[in-house]
Amino acid sequence: MTMLTGAAVTGGANGPAAVNRNAGRRKKRWFAEVGWRHLVGLLGVLFSLFPLVFVVSAALNPLGTLSSTELVPTGGVSLENFGDLFARTGFADWFLNSLLIAGGAAFASVFLSALAAYAFSRMRFQGRRVGLLSLLLIQMFPQFLAIVAIFLIFGTITDLWPAIGFNTPWGLLLLYLGGALGVNTWLMKGFFDTLPRELDESATVDGASHAQVFFRIMLPLVAPILAVTGLLAFINTINEFLMASVFLTDTDAKTLAVGMRGMLQGGERNTNFGIFAAGTLLTAIPTVLVFQFLQRYIVSGLTSGAVKG
Amino acid sequence: MSTPLSGPGSVQQAPGRGPVRTGSPRTSRTARNHAPITAAGLVAKVILLGLVAGIAIWAAFPLVAAEMWGGLAVLVLTTTALFYLYLGRRHVPAKYLIPGTLFLIAFQVVPVLYTASTAFTNFGDGHRGSKDDAIVAIQSSSVKQVPGSTQYPLSVATKGDPATGALVFLITKPGTDTVSVGDAKGLRPLDPGAATVGPGGKVTAADGYTVLNFGQASARSKDITDLVVPTAGGALRSSGLSRAYEGKAVRAYDAGCDCVKDSDSGRTWTADGEVGAFVAADGERLAQGWKVNVGLSNFTRVLTDERISGPFLGTLIWNFAFAIGSTGGTFILGMLIALALHSPRMRGTNLYRMLLILPYAMPSFAMLLVWRDMFNTDFGLINNLFGLSVDWFGQDWSARAAVILVQLWLGYPYMFLVATGALQAIPRELTEATSVDGASRWQSFRAVTLPLLLVALSPLLISSFAFNFNNFNAIYLTTEGAPFPADNPSNGATDLLITYTYRLAFGGQAAQFGFAAAISLFIFAIVAVVSAVSFRRTRQQEEVYA
Repeated sequence: MTMLTGAAVTGGANGPAAVNRNAGRRKKRWFAEVGWRHLVGLLGVLFSLFPLVFVVSAALNPLGTLSSTELVPTGGVSLENFGDLFARTGFADWFLNSLLIAGGAAFASVFLSALAAYAFSRMRFQGRRVGLLSLLLIQMFPQFLAIVAIFLIFGTITDLWPAIGFNTPWGLLLLYLGGALGVNTWLMKGFFDTLPRELDESATVDGASHAQVFFRIMLPLVAPILAVTGLLAFINTINEFLMASVFLTDTDAKTLAVGMRGMLQGGERNTNFGIFAAGTLLTAIPTVLVFQFLQRYIVSGLTSGAVKG
Repeated sequence: MSTPLSGPGSVQQAPGRGPVRTGSPRTSRTARNHAPITAAGLVAKVILLGLVAGIAIWAAFPLVAAEMWGGLAVLVLTTTALFYLYLGRRHVPAKYLIPGTLFLIAFQVVPVLYTASTAFTNFGDGHRGSKDDAIVAIQSSSVKQVPGSTQYPLSVATKGDPATGALVFLITKPGTDTVSVGDAKGLRPLDPGAATVGPGGKVTAADGYTVLNFGQASARSKDITDLVVPTAGGALRSSGLSRAYEGKAVRAYDAGCDCVKDSDSGRTWTADGEVGAFVAADGERLAQGWKVNVGLSNFTRVLTDERISGPFLGTLIWNFAFAIGSTGGTFILGMLIALALHSPRMRGTNLYRMLLILPYAMPSFAMLLVWRDMFNTDFGLINNLFGLSVDWFGQDWSARAAVILVQLWLGYPYMFLVATGALQAIPRELTEATSVDGASRWQSFRAVTLPLLLVALSPLLISSFAFNFNNFNAIYLTTEGAPFPADNPSNGATDLLITYTYRLAFGGQAAQFGFAAAISLFIFAIVAVVSAVSFRRTRQQEEVYA
């Protein structure tokens, strides 16, 4: 690639016409190498952004109704909806509850998954394949149809241990951890598999225990994928509302999903749309922040260093 | 930081770990077992096992108090097994698998098995409890106001949210200040002083309860009318929102004939243990039945009931199309963009990535509702932008295209993310080697990048398929299954099996949990077979890299 560019430059010394032709060719080559990537990126960004622009416009719309919202606000801009959101609903409580539950569930489930993925990827034991397959199968059962069973089970739990029962974040957190093994384990196992076995084998020969191999060698190498799965778990938990709506009925115990869904119920759909849009934007803040925070792990190369070493 | 702390800590704990130490030189066979015990590892082990013991003891007290010996046995066994596992040096894989598996069993496997067992019962509205519960319900719901019925001032209250919480009646005995609280279980007196009684005898406030105001109460008038509080002489019912009366039960259970008799009309309903209901000679059933095992009848109903089996096939085909379309579409789009941005010469990738990912950072339940409003015929954004007046959710194919488009928007950033992660895991040397060997970009993609991507992502694609196959929110929050054919209001063009099941079982009419569980087992079987087949196909690939 570099050599070819060099040849083009020497060819350009022949005369002004050739320079022009070469400039055109270079442009073409620039487009073939880099330009089309920007074009694809821009189209993707457009597709991603236009519904979000609509939400922003709705949140800033002083009338606050769906029917008066356009893609670009023309009837003035105001922050009234945000004020109404905090004055008329329990948004602040919901926000904290969601952060606690989603943050806790994301962290714990990534850790549990990484433990299991390490075993599945690096150890050979009886029932390994059955275990992997059953993880996949169990995940396929539509969880919301088990909601009646979950409701009855947690009714008993609430009687025995109110601290982890209904209307507490802890009960919901435990329930979410039931799904910790599954998709995430598969994702992480796939990435453990791409790490060369020589790494942990040589560490074992040097006298490292299996726990040291896991915590000192494997975990740092898969940090990017831990970040990705943690982010996915966080977002999934923030979005989950079916279980949460069964668990959390007290206004101040609700999560964002449960609370905000209530805003658009019944005849208030049209009038509450502005407040709802304002809430949607604020709900997105933690996930966007977490993503920004984890960005460097996601972007940094996964195994290039390890393979070279 | 922890080394000086852990030093003395581990010394103090030394007697406790005697068996571990003596065990190590004797049984070690593999190189792994020769690894030394580190102070940090030991401290972590002691703290975590101490935590387990603490939680187990905390959890044991309520079990003992409630005399639930079975639960206590499970708790003791689990705790013992955990200590055995983590104090010993064997069963290394189990040490890594058990923490997640415990949660999986308690909160996923057990509910799923419980659900599966209800598929063989008639569990649902009207068949919730035991036969005795049904008899109490029949007697108290037949309560009628008779001349001389006692009238009580009534306040409606709840312990939870005024809009959704379970309701109770707060009544005052006429002429006194004695307040009683009543629910479907019965009436019990409230401590004197725990409630404030206003003029006219109505309770205005009570400790631990929220008294509903007139607006809140009228919003729930149906719940209030339905609430029957059994009492010794009959039952309490509301008459309006502020009065209650104690009436007499017209229907009574007669153990001699195992039947219910109506003293007004003289009719009798005999208990039928097969269907779990009281049935009259002419086939009329009382609404309040009880839960019985019905064997396979929930399953055969799916195949033999024409209302259900007919549309089942069409829905099944669309369900597959939706799941494949959503998964494939998001994967292709996400991978294309990831490939486009994955280049050392590309500038601004961080900015692109930040913006592209935004749909994923948005709360999806909210965005589904927003998309529904964007497709609105009269003032939706899509029609406004393009000057159309299409009823998007009114025609089969536009509605289907719309829900797939929404899924594409919601799902492709995820595929973009995981594809980017997987691309970064592919050593650049490999693609560089192909270009040195003279392969074109397409050849290098086909021969190196795509296979490696698929190895890493195929389990994700399978589970994404499984997720979309049952993507309840995607349909329920947008089209709700619409459009519906004129002759069949229960099965719409965009219905997935799961929303269709939901409507049949929970929508509108009485809840039929047993039947719903049976259909969910059907769905489970379909997805499981599809996934098992795909899993076998990825198996050879996986072994190469395992």
